[in-house]
Amino acid sequence: MEAVTMAKAINLSLRDALARDEDVLVFGEDVGALGGVFRITDGLQEAFGEERVFDTPLAESTIIGVAVGLALRGFKPVPEIQFDGFVYSGFDQIVSHVAKYRNRSGMSMPITIRIPFGGHIGAVEHHSESPEAYFTHTAGLKVVAPATPGDAYALLQSAIADPDPVIFFEPKARYYVKEEVDPKREVLIGRARLAREGTGVSVIAYGPTVSVALEAAKAAEKENISLEVIDLRTLSPLDMATIIESLRKTHRAIIVHEAPVFGGFGGEIAARIADDGFDLLEAPVTRVGAMNTPYPPARFEKLYLPDVDRILEAADVALAYG
Amino acid sequence: MADVVEVVATDDPVRPLFSPAGELTAAARSRLGLSQDALRDLYRQMVLIRRADQEALNLQRQGELGLWGQFLGQEAIHVGAVAALQPDDWIFPSYREFGMAMCRGIDPADMLTWFRGLSAGPWDPREFHFAPLAVPVASQVPHAVGFAMGSRFKKSKDVVLGTFGDGATSKGDWHEAMNFAGVFKAPVIFLCQNNHWAISVPLAKQTAGSIAERAQGYGFPGIRIDGNDVLGVLAAVRGAAERARRGDGPYLIEAMTYRMGAHTTSDDPSRYRTETELQAWSVKDPVGRYRAWLEGQGIIDGAAIKTIGDEGESMAHAMRTRLLAFTPAPPGEVIFGRVYARPPDSFLEEREEFEASLESS
Ligand SMILES: Cc1ncc(C[n+]2csc(CCOP(=O)(O)OP(=O)(O)O)c2C)c(N)n1
Repeated sequence: MEAVTMAKAINLSLRDALARDEDVLVFGEDVGALGGVFRITDGLQEAFGEERVFDTPLAESTIIGVAVGLALRGFKPVPEIQFDGFVYSGFDQIVSHVAKYRNRSGMSMPITIRIPFGGHIGAVEHHSESPEAYFTHTAGLKVVAPATPGDAYALLQSAIADPDPVIFFEPKARYYVKEEVDPKREVLIGRARLAREGTGVSVIAYGPTVSVALEAAKAAEKENISLEVIDLRTLSPLDMATIIESLRKTHRAIIVHEAPVFGGFGGEIAARIADDGFDLLEAPVTRVGAMNTPYPPARFEKLYLPDVDRILEAADVALAYG
Repeated sequence: MADVVEVVATDDPVRPLFSPAGELTAAARSRLGLSQDALRDLYRQMVLIRRADQEALNLQRQGELGLWGQFLGQEAIHVGAVAALQPDDWIFPSYREFGMAMCRGIDPADMLTWFRGLSAGPWDPREFHFAPLAVPVASQVPHAVGFAMGSRFKKSKDVVLGTFGDGATSKGDWHEAMNFAGVFKAPVIFLCQNNHWAISVPLAKQTAGSIAERAQGYGFPGIRIDGNDVLGVLAAVRGAAERARRGDGPYLIEAMTYRMGAHTTSDDPSRYRTETELQAWSVKDPVGRYRAWLEGQGIIDGAAIKTIGDEGESMAHAMRTRLLAFTPAPPGEVIFGRVYARPPDSFLEEREEFEASLESS
């Protein structure tokens, strides 16, 4: 297959899911005739009709709320939230119902909520957020964040097929990177991937920061520093086995995400490493992420987001130990 | 009761049945087509659910339930609405619809295990077509709409009833769901149990306008009716359900009633409302009123009333006994058992650790 963008890979994945299973429904704001503001649902309404792919009124809470009702009716809803910063309007329905409905009823919630997330696109306020930790903190949900077109295709297949609700974070800054996609390759929820092998420091990333970590690894190579890069792909459940395996080699870990470090998902990873891999460590685990401020105006985002230099600095610090 | 402004609806099968004040007309009452047995059974159901409500209150006072929220005074709505629907029409309740659930056949003792803190969800909604209680106010209304949209997509003939209090109509979810229902012409009946209070906040502080009239703004009809008349509620829900089943979309019924008890056993209504108001509503008591009507029609006599009362007593006794004898599933099952359909390994490990810790302690 020829190389496609991540945007196209997600589009193809939705298309294949809609074609395979008539209970799959795609809906949200502007996903119909327009094909979504990022064109992820381009052509789907035309192909599958207005009862399977439809525009909704502008109301995130009820976009999620009707997904719950549709799931109870036997559908597999795949609602789109237009941007990260607007999922908060649907937060109550996700946390109080999508995540907990099965616990109180025994009825599964096979819902996949797609959310473009992250920065680096020069956007106005509310369009560059990384709200993943709110959802990893909620039992009952599964949370994924692919970094490549192939994984985006495959993980979306797994998410839609999963009987549990999945929050599917799409790194919008990576929508237009290209890669060959093999639709037959399976990616299970809960499995990280070694994005690059190395021996010096393990860099743990997901979604938009995987490519930053890979760039850092390339730059480090020139200085004879070997970085191993782990692409988590799934945040909840967390693949600790892959992380620990890597630490057996490197004994050092850096966690990279765009969200603020304080209270961020990196804290959970660091704590788990302390629980399961304390004896392996030769340096403190460090986190590279945003400062504890709201996302800045676009012209300042480069100063705010993790970059190659900050990862290299963290690697230097880690390697200075032991 | 205040008049309702006429809504724009070409085919409103409900409005002609009611006077402008929301009373079922004598003509409509005589055309309900219910047998004497059916009419008596409505009374019986009201008596039974009221008796269960009282027994639950007793149980709470005796320390056997963590909390109880009475629906005293709202029995006509609970019984009338369920009687108007088909058994496979789903109902999406809030937390006060214990009576409705009983009318659907859910065991009241099972339901009380939730209030006793022994179960996260005591019945299978698929068996009774009755969704779990929804505690976050109004959050169940979008579910009702989604379910109804699904019925339409599946070309099925079932309709959905979403019910909620007057306080719920202030929530964004309520308005969003009403709007979705209009846009998608979802076969859903919105039933507001306007009991005049949301905990301590009176209707006048909840909204400056009319609830029923809002339907018009969402593109479907709404009506305010006397919610203490079981036959009126039945007629309104039946009409709205028939209309929805035909494919003509949603309907909003605002049933006027009064919360005769406290909000819950944690509440103290003496801090915010007067005895006078309570007394004014006592004379409109839905159960007494309906009994008087049945007697007037010669449909029920003292012996039948006594039989029904006795049935209530034995039901209450059985409910109490069953509840107190209830043993919950083991802790690991209650806490972990139903969270995921496909539980992650790490989740199962946590469960194992928890269960092991119980064994060792
Ligand atoms: C979203 C939300 N806010 C607050 C509460 C606490 N609360 C429980 S019931 C209630 C009042 C609801 O009033 P109404 O909708 O009129 O229903 P009623 O209790 O009268 O049946 C409040 C404030 C809640 N359960 N959910």
